[in-house]
Amino acid sequence: MLDIRDIDCFYGAAQVLRAFALKLEAGEILCLLGRNGAGKTTALKAIMGLVPPKSGQILFDGTDLGKLAAHQVPRLGIGYVPQGRRLFSELTVIENLRIGLMTRNSGPQVLDRALAVFPLLKERLGQRAGTMSGGEQQMLAMARALCIDPKVLLLDEPTEGLMPAMIARIRQSVIDLKAQGVTTILVEQRVDAVLPVADRVAFVENGRVTATVAVGELKASRQMIDRYVGVGT
Amino acid sequence: MAAAVLALSALGLSLVFGVMRVVNVAHGEFFMLGAMLAWWTAKMVPGGPLAGFMAALVVAPAAVGFLAFLTERLLLRRIKYDPEATIVATIGLLFVIQQLALSLFGADAKPVAAPFTYRIAFPWFGYSGYKLFVVVASVFILVGVWWVLARTRYGLIMRVTQFDRETATAFGIPVNTVYSAVFVAGAALVAVAAVLIVPIQQAHYLMGLDPLLMSFIVVIIGGLGSIKGSVIAALIIGMADGIISVFFSPTLASIIATLAVALVLVVRPQGLFGVTAR
Repeated sequence: MLDIRDIDCFYGAAQVLRAFALKLEAGEILCLLGRNGAGKTTALKAIMGLVPPKSGQILFDGTDLGKLAAHQVPRLGIGYVPQGRRLFSELTVIENLRIGLMTRNSGPQVLDRALAVFPLLKERLGQRAGTMSGGEQQMLAMARALCIDPKVLLLDEPTEGLMPAMIARIRQSVIDLKAQGVTTILVEQRVDAVLPVADRVAFVENGRVTATVAVGELKASRQMIDRYVGVGT
Repeated sequence: MAAAVLALSALGLSLVFGVMRVVNVAHGEFFMLGAMLAWWTAKMVPGGPLAGFMAALVVAPAAVGFLAFLTERLLLRRIKYDPEATIVATIGLLFVIQQLALSLFGADAKPVAAPFTYRIAFPWFGYSGYKLFVVVASVFILVGVWWVLARTRYGLIMRVTQFDRETATAFGIPVNTVYSAVFVAGAALVAVAAVLIVPIQQAHYLMGLDPLLMSFIVVIIGGLGSIKGSVIAALIIGMADGIISVFFSPTLASIIATLAVALVLVVRPQGLFGVTAR
């Protein structure tokens, strides 16, 4: 459903993505795995139109996202959970969710569904987003993206800096969403964060995808991990 | 009275800075243009001062807003809202507008008749009914702007754009359109302030400098981008300016206002109600 064809992306003069190519199948959880600075976050930003590619195409159900203005991309049904959450922290929980609902004029049933995934947020609707704990903020960031009623969800290191119990809950919610038919691209740095949830893993190195493997294969041979990610990650 | 109009004009500047993070140095010239257009409209529209005033309330904000729209499209967007470049570009715009006004309208001050001349007779002194009207009208507009910002969907979009441009874009908010609208709204606000004040002050092609300076003072003291701060600071500065000007001298009033800015910048750089930059 999402087909990234050899895109090149730059920050000023520095090239971050080099002929980056990736195919996303409907209903799967695809994980981008790679070191700091490999280009994982930039790949997500390229999809969102925030870092427009200089060349190549990003086809989403046949539409070239690279040709759209950045604010039109989410309206096609792509929900983005940025790294570090990027909540509107001075606004309340419900105002943050309302921003998500406004993107595609989603109805109240979309809000109900998002809150059903994260029931904890229901009691916090009037609270200022910035005053919540890290895990709660992550839930809100994901709920906000779910309020778009997305076909594809882009998750950038959702478990970064959270305590283990919270990591497990976030991970479970990703799996729950898959059961509801949401397709997900998950960016992670650590292999152990990926193996329990992903269907396929794409290794990102120096701005390109060096290999894409099914997670079963990966579990079968740790050597692969060592080969693509290196020791110690 | 001065405080009320000052608050309107400072609000325009504060709104633009708050959302777009750029300083519009030509803000005072938008004010001057509003006043000039009020005079011109009053001259063109038959049917007495009231008809002219009502027409000016429509014509001036619309025309100045349109000019602001062009400025945003042709100037600010081209330089990508770079803060320093915007200051330089709007300084240029200041002189262009000022000199155009000079060659189009001439150098003499232009009086505009007040729409009504009713005097309210208090037991101890009389007070111009129009001046009171200006205060009431300004309060209405201030409350209206606050209501839009705090209670409506458009206000939410503006606050979100102010807070985090990139994330706002990722949620389908057309940031450029929001910028355009805010810049136009800021210019229209200052034009309304000008229409209100011109029956008291007369229109002149150099009149933009003073409100620009005062708006800056107000906005810095109140905290850049804080609407509440701007209004309160406008009240303090406007009233202090009035009182000191009457009992001592206008020069002393300016000195004290400028000194207050320096003190605020030293003691509390973010302004009385500002929040520190993220």
